Amino acid sequence: MDLSYGAEAEVFRGKVRAFLAAEWQPAERRKAELRDFIRAFRNKAVEAGFLYRSVPKRYGGSEQPVDVIKAQVIREEFGRARAPMEVGGNGVNMTVPTLLEKGTEEQRELFIRKTIEGDFIWGQGYSEPGSGSDLASVRTKAELSADGSKWIVNGQKIWTSQGGKATHMFMLVRTEPDAAKHDGITYLLMDLDQPGVTRRPIRQMTGMEGDDTFYEFFFDDAEAPATWQVGERGQGWYVSRTTLKHERAAIGGADGLGRQFAKLVELAKEMGRIGDPLVRDRLAEIEGRVMAHRYSSFRLFSCQAAGDDAGPVQLMMKLLLTEIGHDMALLAQDLIGAEGLIEPSEAGTRSGATARRGPNKWLDQIMGSLGNSIAGGASNIQRNIIAERGLGLPRDLAMSAEK
Amino acid sequence: MRFHLTEEQAAIQDAVRGTLTDAWPMDRLHAFADGEADFDSESWSALMALGIGGLALPDEQGGAGLGLLEAALVCEMAGEAAAPGPVIGQILAAMAVSASADPHARLWLERIASGDAVATLAFGSNLVQSAGAAQLFLTEAADGGLELVEAGEGVTIEPVTSTDRSRPVSRVDFDGAKTYRLCSGDDPLADRIRDAALILVAADALGGAQHCTDLSVAYAKEREQFGQSIGRFQGLKHQLAHMALDVEPARALVWYAAYAWDAALPDAPRAAAMAKAHLCEVYTRATRAAIAVHGGIGYTWEYGLNYWFRRAILDRAWLGGPAVQRARAAELAGW
Repeated sequence: MDLSYGAEAEVFRGKVRAFLAAEWQPAERRKAELRDFIRAFRNKAVEAGFLYRSVPKRYGGSEQPVDVIKAQVIREEFGRARAPMEVGGNGVNMTVPTLLEKGTEEQRELFIRKTIEGDFIWGQGYSEPGSGSDLASVRTKAELSADGSKWIVNGQKIWTSQGGKATHMFMLVRTEPDAAKHDGITYLLMDLDQPGVTRRPIRQMTGMEGDDTFYEFFFDDAEAPATWQVGERGQGWYVSRTTLKHERAAIGGADGLGRQFAKLVELAKEMGRIGDPLVRDRLAEIEGRVMAHRYSSFRLFSCQAAGDDAGPVQLMMKLLLTEIGHDMALLAQDLIGAEGLIEPSEAGTRSGATARRGPNKWLDQIMGSLGNSIAGGASNIQRNIIAERGLGLPRDLAMSAEK
Repeated sequence: MRFHLTEEQAAIQDAVRGTLTDAWPMDRLHAFADGEADFDSESWSALMALGIGGLALPDEQGGAGLGLLEAALVCEMAGEAAAPGPVIGQILAAMAVSASADPHARLWLERIASGDAVATLAFGSNLVQSAGAAQLFLTEAADGGLELVEAGEGVTIEPVTSTDRSRPVSRVDFDGAKTYRLCSGDDPLADRIRDAALILVAADALGGAQHCTDLSVAYAKEREQFGQSIGRFQGLKHQLAHMALDVEPARALVWYAAYAWDAALPDAPRAAAMAKAHLCEVYTRATRAAIAVHGGIGYTWEYGLNYWFRRAILDRAWLGGPAVQRARAAELAGW
């Protein structure tokens, strides 16, 4: 075993650092200039081959060969310099790879460049009030107009992140009501700026609502050009299952958990509890899991770099992260004690006299950790996946009964 | 960057697993568990023929020149098979004697490496595995230094009925026995060997926990109730998913602790303590869950799951239980 990245990677690291030293000096920029500066910086970073490595040059990417080590070095160095990376969000993570794999040339031309430059922001239109874990049961309906030029959409989507800012949506809609459940869905793109679309923020249990939270969308004869359908009509379920594995493995996933654990230790110190043997024991117990998660992410990264199959552990990372988050929440709740009786002011706002952000800011994590058990595949679904795909157990009775 | 097993490392595990499958089938384990012996020379010879005694010794000392990571991979297989014999003690004694300056102790090295001289670990507790068969005991002096004690005069062995049937212990007392001083308590070697011991016990626990999970999954696929294989029922499936979720990610923690030890990284002592604590918790949970998954058959002596349950009791208590190791880890972290 060897946790160094090797000499070649260190040479590459030197190049990335030299680039950042030359091109990323945001300090003297005024706020108004900063936006343009970041846009220009990203363009230079694309030219240098550091961003949008999986996107072909003709759509605005840097079209680099797959290299998870280089991708990791870039993440580390950009992170260290606090330089902006790819714009992120659903557009870059989901729309672009899906279009590269299944889109038409027209769709790629129309959407990819604008998405990676941040002009188009994409909302995900998957979940519905009646379709959560059973996503293939979506009922939002789309019908072709009489002349066949556009889809007319009616229904409701929910749990759309960035829903306040989103300019477009990629969505699963039912187009063949008589077909079998998974074979009657079409993957559709939609411009959200039209009269048939109404959006509304969802107020979360944390009390938050607004731009940073989820939205629900109502479609009332909303329209999308027929040419904005991705893949074959009725094959949308399978289009949505397409995910590119390009440089996906990142050690970074584990860093966030490690940082959060370090903050939990700091909280124990701040609350004067770090000398308490019970607290020390619980901290160390949690850290055992944090370390198991961190080194498993190294293992996954290593397997991907070598092109080897990592086995079932790759199916476990999300549930593991979720469970550790719950353990940390429970300890944090005990540590903050009565401090937790006062709701913290929202993150990013100045602390006022009545709603300061002291130890009570852990309420964000204490409640937010529950979101992890739901979003991106609920924990019980993760358990099914581990059991069925990882351990080879037979499919669930209810799921194998339906077609 | 490499943080998964090489083909060579996987081949080492396959070789040990294959050897134990032949030399240590369940009927042998059953017979051993009901017998009086605290050592099985046939399976021991088979393991030692693979070069396990000298695995971590340098080439020029007739060893394989491998590291603690490979030693951990071997101990994992011993844990999986519930193999008898002081495999951990043998590997550690070879490492300690090889690093020691005592020329008289070093005369034993060749026989330890070949497995002719059985060496067992007598750290912390006076309950010692395979004490009746051991020619050598790796012990700690009052100052924390390491000593090698020869069996014979001055060594008293009192048999007990051992809870762990695959590694029976006896109560051992040393009084004026022939002793080689391997290093003093302030020699870094002493702590290095203690850390290595924690990692190898963690590896045994990993192998045992994996075995319990594998048996449970296999049983859930073949056992039928209500006209279905019970593995189809979600309650049981989720229980099995949680066993796997506990065990599989913990593997990388054992790897890291062994890697950090081999590379002598600053956090190696802490990683060793964390690995020992975490893996023994995982093993305890896995044995309890396995018996619950199996139902009645798991509660019988005959099915054999109890051997791993009992082995987990030894691993957990050996060299300090999880709470002790977590307290050490907290101390080492500077909390």
